[in-house]
Amino acid sequence: MSLFPANSGPTVRAVHDEFHGDLLEVSMGPQHPSTHGVFRMVVTLDGEQIVKLKPVFGYLHRNHEKIAENTSYLSSMPYTDRLDYLCSMTTNWAYALAVEKLSGQAVPDRAQYLRIIMAELTRLVNHSCLVGFLFNDLGTSFTPLLYAFREREKILDLFESLSGSRMMCNYQRFGGCRVDPSPEWLAAASALVDNFPRFLDEYETMLTGNEILLARTQGVGRLAAAHAINAGITGPVLRASGVDYDLRKVDGTGFYPRFEFRVPLGAHGDTYDRYMMRILEMRESVKILQQAFKTLPAGPIMDPKAKLRGFRPKAGEAYGRLESPKGELGFYLISDGSPNPWRYRVRPPSLINLTLLEEMCLGHTIADAVVILGSIDIVLGEVDR
Amino acid sequence: MTTDVDLPTAVSQQFPSATPRPSLDCPAFNVPAGDVLAVLQYLRDTQACDFLMDVTAIDWSAEASPRFTVVWHLYSSTKHNYVRVAAACESNVEPAMPSAVVLWAGADWHEREVYDMFGIKFTGHPDLRRILMWDAYPYFPLRKEFPLAGLPAEMSDADINAEIGVGVISAPMAGGPFVATPGEPMSDAEPRAKDEAWNEKKEKPE
Repeated sequence: MSLFPANSGPTVRAVHDEFHGDLLEVSMGPQHPSTHGVFRMVVTLDGEQIVKLKPVFGYLHRNHEKIAENTSYLSSMPYTDRLDYLCSMTTNWAYALAVEKLSGQAVPDRAQYLRIIMAELTRLVNHSCLVGFLFNDLGTSFTPLLYAFREREKILDLFESLSGSRMMCNYQRFGGCRVDPSPEWLAAASALVDNFPRFLDEYETMLTGNEILLARTQGVGRLAAAHAINAGITGPVLRASGVDYDLRKVDGTGFYPRFEFRVPLGAHGDTYDRYMMRILEMRESVKILQQAFKTLPAGPIMDPKAKLRGFRPKAGEAYGRLESPKGELGFYLISDGSPNPWRYRVRPPSLINLTLLEEMCLGHTIADAVVILGSIDIVLGEVDR
Repeated sequence: MTTDVDLPTAVSQQFPSATPRPSLDCPAFNVPAGDVLAVLQYLRDTQACDFLMDVTAIDWSAEASPRFTVVWHLYSSTKHNYVRVAAACESNVEPAMPSAVVLWAGADWHEREVYDMFGIKFTGHPDLRRILMWDAYPYFPLRKEFPLAGLPAEMSDADINAEIGVGVISAPMAGGPFVATPGEPMSDAEPRAKDEAWNEKKEKPE
């Protein structure tokens, strides 16, 4: 039985039958620099062409869900940092969102703005990292990556001065945020954001039109929209295939409806579109941030009625979701009225976006598989949980 | 195609066996295990719920009956609806559920993960193997009777086992921060070491 709707076949080149005797199986990873962590691909090759690809993961599995079910709601907050360790601010927020849905907790205006500021700064961190690594995967050893890391470190410095940690921020709370940024912090962040488009322009001037990038990414790893929907793929990978699904618009998470921004969409669903999606999203994030810094209201950052210690939401279930830089990050929580969640489930966008990796890679060369994987943007902390 | 009735009404008209499920956010239904595929297919084809966002399961404790519930989260990219469908497994000992892989390619890994963590068999799944743990792993870790510290087991490969002479051992819980019980103040609620699955209260489960 076919898994996919008719007339939407994948764009896969035929594999030559006459070489069937010479198939070669290569195990790439788990210790391989191009797999972005401990991820393994068992690739069957016909010459250089991929005829079969089996992702193997679970090396970082520590049963995050079990641990969270055995501890209080608040104690899981710092642990969610370790899911997608590049984007702890959004992971925190997604978890806080789910718990707030469960307990009906209100969030003050200033905290809502701060959450959007942190989430969009995180998007800049994640996407600049991704494009840097993508060029690394393409073989431009390190220079573009270090350009991207230079910008990323500036934002991480801001996170560190605010929350005490570069990457494990542990910043969100149920009903608000943990620390209020000082006026100096806001001025520094605002200046950084105003300068960010210069980095993007510089980066794009050097690289977007680069002939090698175009040759290696255009038409490579195509993903049809119908297939992406069928596999539940979300985030920039889905939007690169032209499906307009961004929770910031669809759900209107938090105060996002108050901001003017556009959702970029791709036309071809290939690696190049996925690369451009990140660049364009960074430009939109800059717009959101500039508006947020201008209109940030004064006021408390925590709801005075919020209860952190001995927190027991009433029995019930809720699914909180957020547009994380990688896609729809969901937390499905079931409360039985005790201080621990009865069921705590993470919907990891990184894992689900990998579902069609084989289909994207079929018929391409092994060097392309590295680039395609890079363009999906996975973090193994979230894939394996 | 436009429908005048909203999704919950439409589903209960179409499937009298579907009952509303208490939920704090989106519409939710409890469905008998036998009707799940029909309900999911109806939601996908007639109600345009084209995204299967999540599949997971709940263990309602070893004493509960029905013990296991499987939960699907669907989303419609045209109507922007979310809907949750839940079905209880009929057997508590050998839980099973029809596989939704025929409807969504994305169900494949979700169902493998549920099988890996809960031991729920999805009938009709083309390749139901463990996904996060290794294939020979003997336990289902997200079941409630499985202790937080883990249980001793063989390593993934026999030759590794033979070489190092030890398998997987339970995690040392002393000093572990990941535990909490009902009660205040914090010193009682979140002690530094605890694993209530076995210790002094009852025997260590095998």
